[in-house]
Parts: sequence; structure tokens; C-alpha cells
Amino acid sequence: MDVAIQSLPLLFKGLELTLIITLGSVGIGCIIGMVAALSRLSGKRWLRLLATAYVDFFRGTPLLVQILLVYYGIPVLLQDSQEFLMNTFGMPQLIHNYAMPRLIAAVIACSINSGAYIAEIFRAGVQSIEKGQMEAARSLGMTHGQAMRYIILPQAVKRVIPPLGNEFIAMLKDTSLLSVIGIIELTKSGMLVVARTYEAFAIYITVAIFYLVITFTLSRYIDYLERRLKTGD
Amino acid sequence: MIEVKNLYKNFGKLEVLKDVNCRVALQEVVCVIGPSGSGKSTFLRCINMLEQPTSGEIWIDGVNLLDKKTNINSVRQDVGMVFQRFNLFPHKTALENITLAPMKVKNLSREDAEKTARDLLNKVGLSDKTDVYPDQLSGGQQQRVAIARALAMHPKVMLFDEPTSALDPEMVGEVLSVMKDLAREGMTMVVVTHEMGFAREVGDRVIFMDEGRLVEEGTPDQVFGSPRNDRTKLFLSKIL
Ligand SMILES: Nc1ncnc2c1ncn2[C@@H]1O[C@H](COP(=O)(O)OP(=O)(O)O)[C@@H](O)[C@H]1O
Ligand SMILES: [Mg+2]
Repeated sequence: MDVAIQSLPLLFKGLELTLIITLGSVGIGCIIGMVAALSRLSGKRWLRLLATAYVDFFRGTPLLVQILLVYYGIPVLLQDSQEFLMNTFGMPQLIHNYAMPRLIAAVIACSINSGAYIAEIFRAGVQSIEKGQMEAARSLGMTHGQAMRYIILPQAVKRVIPPLGNEFIAMLKDTSLLSVIGIIELTKSGMLVVARTYEAFAIYITVAIFYLVITFTLSRYIDYLERRLKTGD
Repeated sequence: MIEVKNLYKNFGKLEVLKDVNCRVALQEVVCVIGPSGSGKSTFLRCINMLEQPTSGEIWIDGVNLLDKKTNINSVRQDVGMVFQRFNLFPHKTALENITLAPMKVKNLSREDAEKTARDLLNKVGLSDKTDVYPDQLSGGQQQRVAIARALAMHPKVMLFDEPTSALDPEMVGEVLSVMKDLAREGMTMVVVTHEMGFAREVGDRVIFMDEGRLVEEGTPDQVFGSPRNDRTKLFLSKIL
């Protein structure tokens, strides 16, 4: 037990990083998701196809693979393409250091992944708004964009908050996968402590409780919000 | 004012409108009656392009809506629409429901838009409901706000799709009376309705639709008093 208490500062540092990455990824994911959702709902076919491909790819492949792809794969891709450009077109070398900073890779992978799920959340939110709202707005002469902005999205936002909270919870847990690329988030910091102390049970149960406190609090809050949304919008 | 020529509308294989032809003159009030599913709503929704017609022509004030060059958003500013289910914006107050489109579409200043909105709310008898949200209004009150919202764009034509069908009986009168006032002021109106009393009293002309066709039209006296078509007779015998 002592070991667990002594290692608390380390675990707290890990938790801090976990929270930062989760918040950052879900935040950026919201922007990506909004663009992707609007693209999927747009009248332009190529935009719809592009957004659908994005959503399908990142929801249909494991986050772990996506993390590896970004951290190890992108640098190789960059190097290969630069060499190709240099050899074929005599382009001067622009990138000298291919390695991607871990944290950047982590946030990129998680944001893109989150964006795909959030895109579906936003799309469902928009589609849950009664068709008559769009029709009423259009019948007044508003463009599709104006109707979205002033009528549909403000109403959809409310309905999207609970599932967004669930996405946040899912992402919080999934960031533990970042331990494979050496990000010292909560899980990885637990692993480091265990490597030093061999107190696997005490440490990992503490790590688990850290996750649980946050996810449990958040999911209770989401339940509360959902109940409040049901009774009178 | 409105001229519809050879209008067809299919939903997939289903032919909903078949060769509909009709004209509505300036300041005329035309009532559209017919059994449920006969295509009345679809007809009305084609007139402001909420449904894309399959073929035909629709002219409003000299503009052909089906011409690719026509800016449909600007046409819609001139064609007000009132829906069966009101479709007020629930996150906006009565006043905001009315001022939104004039401010965003016509770039009116807030003061001007609010002044118009207050006048309109007064006109539909709801000057005390300015800051109330739709869910705190009765059906009849919501529909009157919806009428005011459409009028705020100063449309040349108003379309009504069964504006009183979703209302409790005791609220029908207040909405019809607003519509009567409008007609009296010379608004051009196309009204899909089951209110035969309204059609008789206010309508200049009545159109009977059945199975996607315009079967009979005439003055209310003609259509209600001495219908020529058997299907019109059958329909009227059921409903009157
Ligand atoms: N969006 C749609 N998709 C497919 N069929 C539709 C659609 N809208 C209406 N219809 C069909 O078109 C027919 C006419 O409908 P409608 O115009 O609403 O009739 P009315 O208003 O006279 O009751 C009905 O058979 C209806 O089922
Ligand atoms: Mg109808």
C-alpha cells in the first residue's frame, strides 16, 4: 500500500496527461466531426463520399493500428515521398528530421479517430431535428446554410451533448493505448511504477480507480443532462 | 399571379400529381379540397419548390420556378407558407421567430424587424406573447405566430396547408379569422382546407383534387351547390 501512496504523484502526472490528450483530441475531433458531418449531409456527392470514406475508415479500424500508422507510418511516408520528389524533380530537401514528436502523433491519431465518431454523433443530431424545421426555414427564403446555422444546429447542439460526453469517456479509456508509443499517460505511468516496484495489483487497481472516478462522475452527469433534456427542451 | 402548367410530380414510381393546370389571379383566394392522399400538399409544396416537380411549369409573378437560372431563395421570400404542424422554431421566442428571416435574409435592422414583428403580433391578436416560447403557446396561438412569421417577409402570395387540421376545435375559429382578415386585405392565397364553411365564405374559387388530378374547379357556389363531377359529389356527400 505504501508503494501505491508513494507513487501517487507519478500517477497524477499520468492522469494529467491523459486528461490533456483526451480533452485536446475530443476538442479537435469536434471541429473535424462538424466538418465531416456537414459534408455527409451536403448536396455535393464527392463531399459526401469523401466524408463517408473517412468515417468508415476510422470507425472500422482499431485505434491502436491508427496510432501506429501515424507515429511510425507517416514519417516513412514523408521520407519516401520526399526522396521521390528529390530524385524525380530535383526538389531541394525540405524536411531533415522525419521523426514525429510522440505527443503530436498521439493527439493527431486520437483527434482523427474521435472526429469520425463525433461526425456520426453530429449527423444523428442534425437528422433528429424534425424535417418541418428545415422546410419552414427554407420557405422563408433562407439558404440551406442559413437554415443550418440559425435553425438546425442550435437545436441539434442540445441533443448532441450526451453522446459527446459518452465519446469523451470512450476516448479517455482509449488513450491508454498510447502507452505503446511511449506516451506516459496514466496507464503507462502505472506500468513504469510496476516495473520498479513489482506491486502490480496495488498500482493497477489504483490506475483503474483513477479512470473510474472520472468516467463514473461524467456518466452520472450525462444521465442527469439526458433526463433534463427529456423533460422540456 | 401564379400559373401552373402541365405539372407532374412522381415519388419514385408513384405518380402523385398528373397534369395539373391552374391559375391564381392577384388577390384571389383559392381553396383546394379533396380526399386525403390526393396530392393537395404536394401541389402546394411544388409552388414554393419544397418539392421538386418532375415536369411542367410554375410561374409566379412572371418568373418560371423550374428555370435553372431562377434563384429559388429569392422566389421563396415572396411566397409565404403556413404548415399544418406550425413548424415554429422552438428555440426562439414568438418575436424572434418572426424577426429572424427578415434580419438574416433581407438584412433588415433589428429595430425595423422588431417593429414589423410587433405590428404583426398585434394584428394576429398576440401582442402580449412577444417573449414567449412556442411550447408555452396553444396550438391556435402557435399557428397565428406562424402566419405572422410568414407575413413578415411581405410575401406576394400565401400558401396554407391545412392550417387548422392539427388544432383543437375551439381554436380553429381564431386562426380562420386571421386568414379572413388577410383575404379581406387583398392577399393572394392558396388554401388547402377541410373547412368548407371557410371555403364558401372566403374562397373566390374552389379546386377539387382527386388521385393527383385537378378534377373540378369553380366558384364555391358552383362546386358545393351543383358539382358536375361524380367524384366531387361523392367527396362532398361524405364531408358535408
Ligand atoms: N416525400 C414523399 N415520398 C413518397 N411519397 C410521398 C411523399 N409525400 C407524399 N407522398 C405520397 O403522395 C401522395 C399525395 O400526398 P399528399 O400530397 O400529402 O396528399 P394530401 O395532402 O392530399 O393528403 C400520397 O400517396 C403520399 O403517400
Ligand atoms: Mg396534406
